[in-house]
Amino acid sequence: MKPFTTLTGIVAPLEALNVDTDQIIPKQFLKRIERTGYENFLFFDWRFLEDGSQNPGFEMNAPRYGGASILLTKDNFGCGSSREHAPWALDNYGFRCILATSFADIFFNNCFNNGILPIVLPPDTIERLFKEVRVKEGYTLTIDLPAQTITCPNGSKIPFDVHPFKKECLVNGWDQIGLTLLHEDKIAAYERQRGI
Amino acid sequence: MARNIYEKIWEAHVVHEESGKDAILYIDRHYVHEVTSAQAFEGLRLTGRKVRRPDLTFATMDHNIPTTDRSKPIEDPLSQQQVDTLAANCKEFGITCFGMNDPRNGIVHVVGPELGLTRPGMTIVCGDSHTATHGALGALAFGIGTSEVEHVLATQTLLQKKSKTMEVRVESALPPGVTAKDVILAIIGKIGTAGGTGYVIEYTGDAIRNMTIEERLTVCNMTIEAGARGGLVSPDATTFAYLKGRDYIPKDKSWDTLVAEWSAWASDPGCSYDRVVVLDASEIEPQVTWGTSPGMVTSVNGTTPVLSRIAGANERLAAQKALEYMGLGEGVAIRDIKPNKIFIGSCTNGRIEDLRAAAKVVKGYKLHQGIEQAIVVPGSTRVKRQAESEGLDKIFKEAGFEWREAGCSMCLAMNADVLNPGDRCAATSNRNFEGRQGKGGRTHLVSPAMAAAAAAKGHFTDIREWEFK
Repeated sequence: MKPFTTLTGIVAPLEALNVDTDQIIPKQFLKRIERTGYENFLFFDWRFLEDGSQNPGFEMNAPRYGGASILLTKDNFGCGSSREHAPWALDNYGFRCILATSFADIFFNNCFNNGILPIVLPPDTIERLFKEVRVKEGYTLTIDLPAQTITCPNGSKIPFDVHPFKKECLVNGWDQIGLTLLHEDKIAAYERQRGI
Repeated sequence: MARNIYEKIWEAHVVHEESGKDAILYIDRHYVHEVTSAQAFEGLRLTGRKVRRPDLTFATMDHNIPTTDRSKPIEDPLSQQQVDTLAANCKEFGITCFGMNDPRNGIVHVVGPELGLTRPGMTIVCGDSHTATHGALGALAFGIGTSEVEHVLATQTLLQKKSKTMEVRVESALPPGVTAKDVILAIIGKIGTAGGTGYVIEYTGDAIRNMTIEERLTVCNMTIEAGARGGLVSPDATTFAYLKGRDYIPKDKSWDTLVAEWSAWASDPGCSYDRVVVLDASEIEPQVTWGTSPGMVTSVNGTTPVLSRIAGANERLAAQKALEYMGLGEGVAIRDIKPNKIFIGSCTNGRIEDLRAAAKVVKGYKLHQGIEQAIVVPGSTRVKRQAESEGLDKIFKEAGFEWREAGCSMCLAMNADVLNPGDRCAATSNRNFEGRQGKGGRTHLVSPAMAAAAAAKGHFTDIREWEFK
């Protein structure tokens, strides 16, 4: 897994509650057997019109948000299906960090397993960021995972919480299977003890 | 100290724990399907790893498979490739796979309980969010992503943080005509689609105790729609009676021994939970969703919301967007909503009791002229055969329904069963998200009886007033 330490990037707003993984990547794109190449399917039904052109009504399509690597959204982002295609599509598109008031559990875990940092912030902070993003074109934040801070364009810092073990894995880009296999003797002992 | 079922299962499955790190949790049963596994098997190949316990892993094909004539090849080459890839991976790694034409084939969450692969006290995972279904048998079951599928394949364990626990107690008795589907929709309506985030739910109370296992499977199935990854019911005599005689029940132990072991998993009297939510079953009415999130739900005698009466600005905007997508106005009576498509099936409501309930309603009726298509998709091939042996297929066909092969079908529309833009579907499935059943399709989640009644009347109707023929 690719490590995540610091990230400076443009912020793109997605003003919606309960954005489900069917919206992040619709089912017709789940048939592929690869982990890459999903960038053009991200938010497909919202991003594109019937004729395949970009939907000008979808805020994130505005040129000012081109090249964004930080997604700003609201409650319960990533609810619904467990499809890991959702973080793959976000990552393939270029998003490495998501700021929201809350996340759905399975999606939240899937992000960490794909080098994406999901950050939960209080509702008033999220509302303030939405305002600032829309006022200032090219609005950029710097995420510092080791320091657990977000630096705003005016230099002010927003602290954030992250589970210490998940942080350690992400900062180091650890292969979790490799970590677990260091304890293979304990797994074998557990199986023997239960007779399974 | 009195422990709840989650605490018991958790403690019995921790292989290793270090402070500040996630626990290594042993997984007793791993279910695999074609959509979320290919990349995990590929990961094993790339790292030269093996499947640690192929004997504890079972695969089925369900999401992509056609529900029409299976002697023909799958029309979509990508679907065919995904199904073929699963078959090849199972062969290469020595995993039992219930292929498309296997008599044990069906939706993973229907097949597991049906075959006795899901049992009390087990830890069960699958790359599918509706894995919570298996909790109905007293198992700790939850959905995982593909990276975690690979982790389980390689190690038979998962790195997990202990969840908080929530008791959802449904007291008193359900009124006639009100089903398990209405109970779980009412629970989601009460606690919200993120109300269970971070929790594992235990469903308790008389209304749950008096449910059959199939009804409990319906309740546990939609736990994820309340935000909780896992939802379970402590095992009891109903659980043991359901399991008796099923294919994969261990034969090396006596039945009494198994029952004693399973009984011990049930929550202890006086145990505690981090949060308790109480509902009165007698107050629950048949439910219909009106929006694009399962929490956007009301009674069949209710209306769509009036936006000015919604307090929060974010919630008001969400409701406004949902009504626009659904093509509905404010304050519209649910009874006046007219579906043109009907879908009966899915891991939520594709079991034999669901089909019996729907057939009982449509018996002697014909599809209303406004219904362009109505399909019944059994949850498994066994359910299909059972229904046919009871003549349910004939009742459906006489009423004008299509009688299909088993699979996930129009619940998520990965196969050819897809809504057209603007279609309005009364569906017994679990998600009413935008585009879930097809781009531009509009989904109203209901119980099997309510879907059947809508098929006959052409609009939603209170099943408690139904004239059975």
